[in-house]
Amino acid sequence: MSLSDRQGGGAEAPLLELTGVSKSFGGVAALRDVDFTLRRGEIHGLVGENGAGKSTTMKIIAGVHTEFEGEMRIGGRPVRLRSPRDALEQGVGMVHQELSVAPDLSVAENVFLGAQPLTRAGLVDWAKMNAEAKRLLAGFGLDLDPRARMGSLPVGVQQLVELSRVLFSGARILILDEPTSALSPPEVARLFDVLRRLREEGRSVIFISHFLDDVLAISDRVTVFRNGRKVVTEEVANLDKTAVIGHMIGRHAAELHAGEAAELAGDDSRKVVLELRRASLGRALDDFSLELRAGEITGVYGFMGCGQVELSRALFGKLPLDEGEIRLEGRPVRLGSTAAARRAGLALVPENRRMMLFRTEPVFKNVSISILDRISRLLLRPAREREIAAGHAADLQIRPPSPEIPLGSLSGGNQQKVALAKWLTHLPKVLILSEPTRGMDVGAKEDVIRILKTLRDRGVAILVLSTEPETILTLADRVTVMRKGAATRRFDRGRIAKSDLLEAA
Amino acid sequence: MTAETTAPARAGKGGLRALLVDQLRNIAPIFTLVALIVFFSFASASFFTVANAMNIMSQVSITGIIAVGLTFVILTAEIDLSVAAVANAVGITVAYFTLQPDYVNIANVPMHGVLAVLLTLASAFAFGALTAFGVTRIGIPSFIMTLAVMQIANGVSALLVRGQIAYSYPDIVTTLGSGSIFGVRWTIVICILFLAVAHVVLRYTRFGRYVYMVGGNREAAEYSGVNVKAILASVLIISAMCSGIAGMLGVAYFGSAQQNQFDTFLLDAIAAVVVGGTSLFGGRGGIFNTIIGLLVLGVLNNGLDHIQIDSFLKILIRGLILLAALVVNVYAQVLRERGPSADG
Repeated sequence: MSLSDRQGGGAEAPLLELTGVSKSFGGVAALRDVDFTLRRGEIHGLVGENGAGKSTTMKIIAGVHTEFEGEMRIGGRPVRLRSPRDALEQGVGMVHQELSVAPDLSVAENVFLGAQPLTRAGLVDWAKMNAEAKRLLAGFGLDLDPRARMGSLPVGVQQLVELSRVLFSGARILILDEPTSALSPPEVARLFDVLRRLREEGRSVIFISHFLDDVLAISDRVTVFRNGRKVVTEEVANLDKTAVIGHMIGRHAAELHAGEAAELAGDDSRKVVLELRRASLGRALDDFSLELRAGEITGVYGFMGCGQVELSRALFGKLPLDEGEIRLEGRPVRLGSTAAARRAGLALVPENRRMMLFRTEPVFKNVSISILDRISRLLLRPAREREIAAGHAADLQIRPPSPEIPLGSLSGGNQQKVALAKWLTHLPKVLILSEPTRGMDVGAKEDVIRILKTLRDRGVAILVLSTEPETILTLADRVTVMRKGAATRRFDRGRIAKSDLLEAA
Repeated sequence: MTAETTAPARAGKGGLRALLVDQLRNIAPIFTLVALIVFFSFASASFFTVANAMNIMSQVSITGIIAVGLTFVILTAEIDLSVAAVANAVGITVAYFTLQPDYVNIANVPMHGVLAVLLTLASAFAFGALTAFGVTRIGIPSFIMTLAVMQIANGVSALLVRGQIAYSYPDIVTTLGSGSIFGVRWTIVICILFLAVAHVVLRYTRFGRYVYMVGGNREAAEYSGVNVKAILASVLIISAMCSGIAGMLGVAYFGSAQQNQFDTFLLDAIAAVVVGGTSLFGGRGGIFNTIIGLLVLGVLNNGLDHIQIDSFLKILIRGLILLAALVVNVYAQVLRERGPSADG
């Protein structure tokens, strides 16, 4: 396949153009009347909060969402993409945050995945494939053995190999989703070199990221989304980080809306219940320390993939730390299993509630599983289990309130309440919640917030991990901001605004 | 089983259908059993008699004890392929610790009967502990680990008897394995006892609940703070102990202890559990299912003898019945998963 430019439109036509694009899911508008242009040989940054419309826009451009209103042109010609494969044939390629590489195949096989060169006998032409792969990667400044196993290479290198596969497939428009979130600073610098080289070749890059410093460092222009609308497209020379954040959250809104700012009330006289000291864990945690105090909600804010998920797992005995120490009420503890963590008085509600729920089992068995050893010795006491479950159903307003109903027939918000109820019969010392209100309707969200504040006031040390600033600002008494496994900033007292979190992350 | 039947019954209009879908795994084996009994009763005059019923129960009693342990394992969505080999090795071990007649040429270690039985039980425990270690500590899938233990147990059997046959066992083993009480074989009584205790353990104890919950959703059990590895280790040890006891009784039942005499028991025990409707994916089923499965297998084997069928065809028929049971087993799971409603 040649990379030669398929000629279309005049010299003035932008490489890609969206006009009046709207998209809704089940009656809920995700994108409203978006105009967007991508020039030839441009790196275009795309920023906005979660749910602002960046991903929806990109999925339309990459052929994932095929139904939308409005018009899309590539090289001046109107197109209607039918699939991601179709998009690639039109020259649009995407590299996702979660790389789609085959770790057990060689580098060359990954570059040519599904399109291996063949010999005349119909066998894979290994010599040609390895030589071609080496040449392509050398163009990125990578000196790699094309026969090396993909999985043995650092993430940053794997990402470039995937990038070369997309380019090899003929992409003129490259969409990169959060490409720097897992990279170390030298790896980021190398990626930027590659992107600049692509720009010189006349290709265009759409760079989606939460890392505003990265966006401002590499982009020619930046487009900001908010609430499904495009707010602005601006030359990078006219922007700085504060201005971008201002566009992202809306200048005037910042001081007005609830959840946009909060008054922190960290109190150092409260007893430290759990202390994590200088923890390291793979690429997820990097010399990370944290203190949780009785009667306080500590919030940890960071972008997706910043290490929050691993942090919660390490504290609940699911992932062993490489280095560091966990101290509970002053004494070092070894949490070898989730059972050990539970017995020590720790509790976790993971971001995906299905992970801790039994869909086909009745509500009461879901609630009682975590406390069976407290309410029964040898024989079960089903009447007691039902009574406890019914009590929680009333307290938490779980609908319908029957403890017999299979969990799978409850709504998502009610399932979340059941997940929480598992830890409420005998209060834990430390309650860890990952994304406690994500995807919930307003009513259920308020219920959960009320429950968590009640628990805090009863003396539980609560840790809330979230990628949503609103969640953190609504709940937290103290905040730690996390970036690539490290704590970048701590807020203990005083007023804090959403922009402070975004700046620090 | 009561808890399973109540919930979907309230579903209202689609109630009957929902109930059938939910109970398919329980209804199909009972239907099969009744159909087989009716068929053989008409096909053979000697089939439907009290004496033959006792005969059938006696024939499945040893398999039944093995199947009890296997039910625990399969409920946690694991498998134990070493059951027959462990039964064989343990049966031979108890003979190895007993004084043999002069004409048996085995260099064995005779000792007091009680001690022999205790040591033999310890050897059964050791097999279970080995499997549990491999599966929970090292992380070898049970399918492969128990295959290795099967080979090890077969090796132990071979080394102990070296191609010979042993005939003597401690008195208590001989009595329970080949004797009767009030005209009922002890093995039947013991099998029923095992089934009853296992039922109580699975349905009414905390441990039993953990077994079902670990089988139903292992990840959720772990996130609920259940010690999943301890549960898995326990069921694998229970399985080895049941197999070991079945092996001890089995050599007395057969009247001899030798290599490879339990070979057919592996397939029979797995078939009993699965034909009965206990889910291969874990978390569903139980001892009632295993009882029905045992009876289906027993009636089939016994009935085919009564109608004088080609013994080679018999093997094929058993295979087809097992395949049909597997289809129902997997299909019941698929229907159930489409179950109550999609998550909201």
